[in-house]
Amino acid sequence: MIGPQIFIALPLGMAFFIPMVSRKLKWFPDVSGNITTFLLLLFTLLVAGENTTYYMGNWPPPFGIVLVLDGFSWFLLLVINLIAFMSTLFSVSYMEKLYTSKLRYYSLFLLMVAGMNGVVLTGDLFNLFVFLEISVISAYALVGFGCQARELEASFKYIVMGTISSLFILFGIGILYGNFGTVNMAQLAQFIRGDGFNNLIAFSFILLVVGFLIKAAIVPFHAWLPDAHPSAPSPMSAMLSGVVVKACGVYTIVRITFNVFGFNPMISNIFLYTGVLSMMVGVILALIQFDFKRLLAYHTISQIGYIFVGFGLGTPLGIIGGLFHLLNHSIFKSLLFLGAGSVEYETGTRDLNKMGNLIKKMPVTSFSTLIGSLSISGIPPFNGFWSKLIIIIAAVKAGRPVIALWAVIGSILTLSSFSKVQKYAFFGKGEEFDKEKWSDYKEVPFLMRISMVSLSILCVATAFFVYNWTEGPLNSVIKILTDGVLPYINKILGS
Amino acid sequence: MIYYLCFLVFLIGVYGALCKKNIVKIILGLMLMEYAVNLFIVLVGYRKGGIAPIMNKSMSLSEFVSKSVDPLPQAFVLTSIVIGLGILSLMVAVAIRLYERYGTFDITEMKKLRG
Repeated sequence: MIGPQIFIALPLGMAFFIPMVSRKLKWFPDVSGNITTFLLLLFTLLVAGENTTYYMGNWPPPFGIVLVLDGFSWFLLLVINLIAFMSTLFSVSYMEKLYTSKLRYYSLFLLMVAGMNGVVLTGDLFNLFVFLEISVISAYALVGFGCQARELEASFKYIVMGTISSLFILFGIGILYGNFGTVNMAQLAQFIRGDGFNNLIAFSFILLVVGFLIKAAIVPFHAWLPDAHPSAPSPMSAMLSGVVVKACGVYTIVRITFNVFGFNPMISNIFLYTGVLSMMVGVILALIQFDFKRLLAYHTISQIGYIFVGFGLGTPLGIIGGLFHLLNHSIFKSLLFLGAGSVEYETGTRDLNKMGNLIKKMPVTSFSTLIGSLSISGIPPFNGFWSKLIIIIAAVKAGRPVIALWAVIGSILTLSSFSKVQKYAFFGKGEEFDKEKWSDYKEVPFLMRISMVSLSILCVATAFFVYNWTEGPLNSVIKILTDGVLPYINKILGS
Repeated sequence: MIYYLCFLVFLIGVYGALCKKNIVKIILGLMLMEYAVNLFIVLVGYRKGGIAPIMNKSMSLSEFVSKSVDPLPQAFVLTSIVIGLGILSLMVAVAIRLYERYGTFDITEMKKLRG
C-alpha cells in the first residue's frame, strides 16, 4: 500500500541525505539519484488507477492539508517521474564531463522533483504555493548551475519573472482567504459555487491566472523561457521544458479553472487566444534561431500553446487532445533536449552552423533526434501527429475552424524549422563546419544512449494510446475535468 | 482602505522590479512586492482591538471567537517570509556572481543573450 505522501517524502529526504553522505563517497550521488527516480517511477506505476486522499497529520480536510491522488494527478506524476528517471540516467556521464559538483546537482534535482510531485498532489492552495516555490527555487539554481556569464544572466531573469509570478499567485490566494476564510481547494470551490463569480473572485482569479501563465510561459509572458531553458545543463533543460512548465504552469491553471473556479466561456476564450498566440509566436521565433537548444526552447512555447488550445476548447475531445499532447510533448521535447545535450557533449558547441554530418559519427543520437523531430512536427505514425490531429478535429467539431487552421500552419512551420536542424547538424553541414574536429567525434556513452533510445521507443509506443482513447488511461482524467467542480468537492469533503 | 495601500505598495514594487536598470534596485522592488503581499495577508486576519488567539479558562467560546485575531494568516506569512528569504539570498548570490563577470550592476550592459 503506497500512499501519495511517499512521492514527496522520498525525493525530499534523499535531497538532504545526498549532500550529507557524498563528501566521502564519490559514487553515491549518481547511484542514489538514479535509484530514487527509478523508485518514484515504479511507485507511480504501482498506484495506477488508485483514487486516494491522505490527510497530513490526520487532520480532516477543511482544517488540515490534504493530498489528493486522482487520475489527473496520477497522469502528471507519470510524466514527471518518467522524465526525471530518463534525465538522471542521462546525467551520469553528461555531468561528469561538463560540470563539476554532482552532489549539488542531484540534491537540487531531487528537491525540484519533490516540489513538483507536491504541486500535482496537493489539495490545498497555500500548500500548492509552497511546493511551487520549492520546485522553482531549485530550478533557478539549476539554470545558473554553470556559473558562466550567460547562465547567471538567464538565471537572474528567470528569478525576477518567477518571483513576480509567485507573488501574484500569493496575492490571489490572500484575497481568496480574506473572502472565504479557507484555502482548501474543494471548500473554496464550494463557496465560489455558492457566491457566483463576483468582482473580488474575478480579481483573485485574474491574479492567479496571470501568475500561472507566467510560469507556463504563454506568449505575453514568455520572455524568460528561451533564455532560461537552454542555459541549464541539458538533462535539466529536458526537465524544465518537458515537465516544470507543465506541472507548475499548465497543471495548476487547469486544476484551478476546471475544479475550483468552474470552466466558463470567458476562460475558454483566454485559453484559446493566448494558446493560438503562443503557438504562432513561438514557432516563428524558432525559425530564425541557430542555437540548437534555444530553438528547442522556442518550440516549447509553441507546443504549450497547442496544449492550451486543447484544454481551452473545453469539450471532452479537446481535453483528450490537450492531455495527450502534454504527455507526448514531455517525451519528445526531453528526447530532443537530450539529443542536443549529446551533440554538445561531443562537439562542445550548440551552434548549428558549426555542426555537420553527425549521422556518420553518432548514429544513435542522430536517429533518436530524427524520431523526436518527426514527432514534434506531427508526422505519422509518431505520437505528435495523433495528439495534434485530435486537437485539430476537436477545434473543428467545437465550431472553431480558424483555430484548427492556425494549428495546421503552426505544425507546418515546426516541420520546416526541424528540417533545418536535421540539415545543418546531422545530414548536411553548417557554414563553419570543421572537418578536422569532426573526425574525432564518436558516439556518446552507453547510459546516455539508453535514455535516448528508450524515449524514442516511447515516442512510437504512446501513439498506440490513440486506438482506445475512450477506454484507455486518459479516460478517468477526462472525467475529472469534464465533470467540473461538484464531484471534486464531494470527493474531498465527502457529500 | 488599508488594503488599497497594500496594493499601492505592491504596484510600486512591480514598477521597481520592471523599470529599474540597477540589479540592486530590482531586488529591492521584488522585496517590496513581497512585503506588500505579506502585509496584506496579515491584515486579512487582523481585528481592531483583537487579542492573541490563545484561549484561557475564564473565557467563553463565543467571547473568544468574537475577540481573537485569526491565527492562520500569521502562519501563512511566516512560511512566505521564509520562502522570501530563500529567494532573496539566491538573488543576491546571483547578483554578486554577475558583478564578478560583468563588473557592473547595470542590466542594460548584460546582453549576451539575444534573439
